[in-house]
Amino acid sequence: MIRTEHLTKRYGTLTAVDDVSFAVAPGEVLGFLGPNGAGKTTTMRMLAGFVTPTSGSASICGRDVEREPLAAKAATGYLPEGAPSYGEMTVRRFLAFIADLRALAGARRAARLAHVIEHLHLDAVLEQTIDTLSKGFRRRVGLAQAIMHDPPVLILDEPTDGLDPNQKHEVRTLINDMARDKIIVISTHILEEVDAVCSRAIIIARGRIVADDTPAGLAARSRYHNAVSMQLEQPAQLPAARAAVAALPGVAEVEVSERDARLTAVPRAGATILPAVSEVAARAGLKLKELHLESGRLDEVFRTITA
Amino acid sequence: MRNVGIIMRRELASYFATPLAYVFILIFLVLANAFTFYLGGFYERGQADLAPFFNFHPWLYLFLIPAISMKLWAEERKSGSIELLMTQPVTLWDAVLGKFLAAWIFTALALALTFPLWITVNYLGHPDNGAIVAAYLGSLLLAGGFLAIGSCMSALTRNQVVAFILGVVGCFAFLLAGFPLVLDIFRSWAPQTLIDAIASLSFLTHFDSIVKGVIDVRDLLYFAMLTGFFLLATAIALELRKDV
Repeated sequence: MIRTEHLTKRYGTLTAVDDVSFAVAPGEVLGFLGPNGAGKTTTMRMLAGFVTPTSGSASICGRDVEREPLAAKAATGYLPEGAPSYGEMTVRRFLAFIADLRALAGARRAARLAHVIEHLHLDAVLEQTIDTLSKGFRRRVGLAQAIMHDPPVLILDEPTDGLDPNQKHEVRTLINDMARDKIIVISTHILEEVDAVCSRAIIIARGRIVADDTPAGLAARSRYHNAVSMQLEQPAQLPAARAAVAALPGVAEVEVSERDARLTAVPRAGATILPAVSEVAARAGLKLKELHLESGRLDEVFRTITA
Repeated sequence: MRNVGIIMRRELASYFATPLAYVFILIFLVLANAFTFYLGGFYERGQADLAPFFNFHPWLYLFLIPAISMKLWAEERKSGSIELLMTQPVTLWDAVLGKFLAAWIFTALALALTFPLWITVNYLGHPDNGAIVAAYLGSLLLAGGFLAIGSCMSALTRNQVVAFILGVVGCFAFLLAGFPLVLDIFRSWAPQTLIDAIASLSFLTHFDSIVKGVIDVRDLLYFAMLTGFFLLATAIALELRKDV
């Protein structure tokens, strides 16, 4: 369990994190969203025991991060923003150093080292110094370090930043695999990541929590929730289609994109318009390439909430 | 204590992972010998002792020790690895002590590599080897004091050049605490007891008495307390602003 109560951090007159309270239970993957400078990293640093809160408290598995820092840190795996490490060390030596600090010994040490090397595909670069690694490999070394001691709590600050799509997919798979019995907190700007790995999302802006919901719940706040999007085969039919759809009672607004001959019907609050739209499309003889129901656009919700 | 050892070993290995260690040892040995023979007049004096060697150590350390200590914390801040280190289950004290010990052991190694001089002086005459051992000990304690000051200066900044300059100035102030250059600053306004206290903080006074072969508990205590004080100051400086 991670629990924060009225967590606040001030730097002089700047309030980086302002009265943040939440609890995360095992099995949850919490996504921290927010614009740059919103306080995501500062919050995570307080959870990881790197930054001391100005007021309020945070605890990891019942251990207060200020009163029992060593116990809290022992239960936590932490990937700092930018995955810093010791550049002059080889990957093998660096991981051995972390294993030592995590007090792993004997067969378990060997097993955990083998596990992280295998799961993060580090065997090819074991003898390279970290300075010479690509950004993607460095991030993976940082992740390997975080999961070294198989901690019950993982705090990952932008775990997929700088990775290519294949590597992103691998990291997300890794997170999903670990999600069952752990508490995972990740921060990200990438909204698709929230859908891909998170069971819950907290959006913070200017240090405060402005939304705390499931990804689906957040998407439902979008004006595009239950909107109907259709793409026409003949762009010439766009004006007619627009007129026909706009006349429907449940439709609040129709947006047209000339570029890909797409038309999006935004419903009035609570209205279900898919049956009516598809019926009117058939009646007007529109040739459709595609017709689908939108669940909502997270990026639009994000912009609306944090603006 | 376990963590102190782990951090110390990592740190020590990192010196030798870059050319820094080799360059430092080479320059230290060249300068130490150059000072002994050219400035110290090792042969001309016609005495079988190592006084010309040890007398220059404070001045040699003044520039070389801050070159070692400047990276202790400034580099961790710059690269962000301080965040990695301080979120492992280690105490701040483990890290401060581990890093300091690594630097100290490293300077001890450089100092130990001056042994040919010791052999030379034994070949040329019959020196007081007890006094030489005492002088090596004094030199090592002096290096420890300088390193602790340098460690504290390095903890104040993320810029290694700034850490170096602060380190040199800090060490210089303590080196010359007993000399008019420093004392005159206080003489116009401070009471005599304070001036005496400042004068007693001088590295040189305590170093000179150990180098003469007189190991006084007060001198040992002086170095231990000074080193301890600056390591504590390092920990406080880090605690106050870890994330800057």
